[in-house]
Amino acid sequence: MSAARPGLAMHDVTVTFGGLTALSGVSLEARPHEVLGVIGPNGAGKTTLFNVACGFVVPDAGTLSWRGRELQRLRPHDLAGLRISRTLQGLGLFDRMTVLDNVLVGADHDATSGFWSALLSLPRASRDEARLRGRALAALDELGVASYADRYPASLPYAVRKKVALARALVSEPELLLLDEPASGLSDAEMADLGSLLRGLTDRMAVMLVEHHMDLVMSVCDDLVVLDFGRVIATGSPAEVRDDPAVQAAYLGNAVDATPEA
Amino acid sequence: MQQLVNTLLGGLTLGMVYAAFALALVLIWRSTRIVNFAQAPMAMVTTFVALRIIEGGHSYWLGFAAALVAGLVLGAVVERVLIRPVEGKAEINAVILTLGLFIVLHALAAVVFGNRYRSFPAAFGIRGIEVGDTTIALTGFGIFTIVAVLVVMGLLVLLFRFTDLGLRMRAAAFNQEVARLLGVRVGRMLTLGWALASLVGSLAGLLIAGGSLVHPGYMDAVVVYGFVAAVLGGLDSPAGAVVGGLLLGLSLSLVSGYVGSQLVALAALAILMAVLLLRPQGLFSQARERRV
Repeated sequence: MSAARPGLAMHDVTVTFGGLTALSGVSLEARPHEVLGVIGPNGAGKTTLFNVACGFVVPDAGTLSWRGRELQRLRPHDLAGLRISRTLQGLGLFDRMTVLDNVLVGADHDATSGFWSALLSLPRASRDEARLRGRALAALDELGVASYADRYPASLPYAVRKKVALARALVSEPELLLLDEPASGLSDAEMADLGSLLRGLTDRMAVMLVEHHMDLVMSVCDDLVVLDFGRVIATGSPAEVRDDPAVQAAYLGNAVDATPEA
Repeated sequence: MQQLVNTLLGGLTLGMVYAAFALALVLIWRSTRIVNFAQAPMAMVTTFVALRIIEGGHSYWLGFAAALVAGLVLGAVVERVLIRPVEGKAEINAVILTLGLFIVLHALAAVVFGNRYRSFPAAFGIRGIEVGDTTIALTGFGIFTIVAVLVVMGLLVLLFRFTDLGLRMRAAAFNQEVARLLGVRVGRMLTLGWALASLVGSLAGLLIAGGSLVHPGYMDAVVVYGFVAAVLGGLDSPAGAVVGGLLLGLSLSLVSGYVGSQLVALAALAILMAVLLLRPQGLFSQARERRV
């Protein structure tokens, strides 16, 4: 059963920056076929949590395991090989590359042919190239932005750029997708699209997201982890978390009643 | 008229060498934000490697190839040994290291190769080609210079534009953090970038040395011209470096031919100041790179 297969688990993770405790004894699990939402007020440690998950920040204490194996000395460039993808709040698109090239960088780690065969355009390199381009175009197509393949990101609307960044994260066929504020800057309609897209992705992968927009979080996530001052103050289904008094006190009370801005 | 043609031809040849040297600076700048002041003595050292081999009785081409390989290796070693430890710290640290390397390589070359002027052979004739009954200021070696730089630039374009490796190198240069997340081994790409830059610098060194005199300081003026050319092109743009190099070569050749050769260095600095005052981003840094 694939449901039994473990995803990304953090156990008792603590991170301090100087005297500041960014995360304190945080444990969570992002399971396959589920969407895990991490919420909390600004400064609660959400981004630090993501940075731990992708190796940018090494925890002072605690363990991180993926697919049942502990990850020691995780480095960012190892992620792709582990089939973990992450999007960034700032999107991080390469402005001086075309949309297609941007996505190709994400597809790249599977390329098997080397420098000289690529330079000399040997058949194997050409086959690799064609295969990768096909995959990159398919990823763009899945998100409905294949028509922008030859454009440069800076000239495109924000919502399109977000989709390009997402396509770049998906092209490596990850088993865990880490999304850093995927809804920021999107209209209500675009957010609804995103919601159904994310639900669709759970066929193939685990999704973990950090998000401010409660509408999206409540409708998309299977499970929520609520952080406040670096500690987990509640976990559970969206309904359970919404009714949790500690959460209401710390954070949700007003945000849920006042419908978030578009 | 004939003088103008000759001046322009001389400027073209010189411009190609400046372009190559500027390209070497730009390749490193755009991936690491470091101006590699040691590029000149690095090229000097590899040229002396070639000279040793040629003086040892081997062919010019063996020396030429050995210098290019030495450049590749030297660039990689400098990046790994000297630059990598200060990576992630303020760029000024690395820049000062390259200045230190400048002095060290100078001193080492004086010890190992001697501190006097020695003549360096040219692969092709260094007398002007005769067209009808006049001799124009384009030599066989000049043609070789132009062709060699064009070939190397062409190979670099192929590498950066049409290979996965080139794509990864560009990704690493544009945004290291994102590139890492996408599985790019950024460290390897930087090493390779320094190696390639150093190779291009070595080529410039060999081409300047050809048919001329070399000593441990013979490339020092070129680093100034190469830097001016790179700034002219916008520091960030390889295409800009090439155009900047050609513009600078032609301008300096015109200054030398019509104003006075003693003013060449001054003219280069005047151009540098004018660019920095009027268009500090250079001529090309705004331009999008396009597929060729």
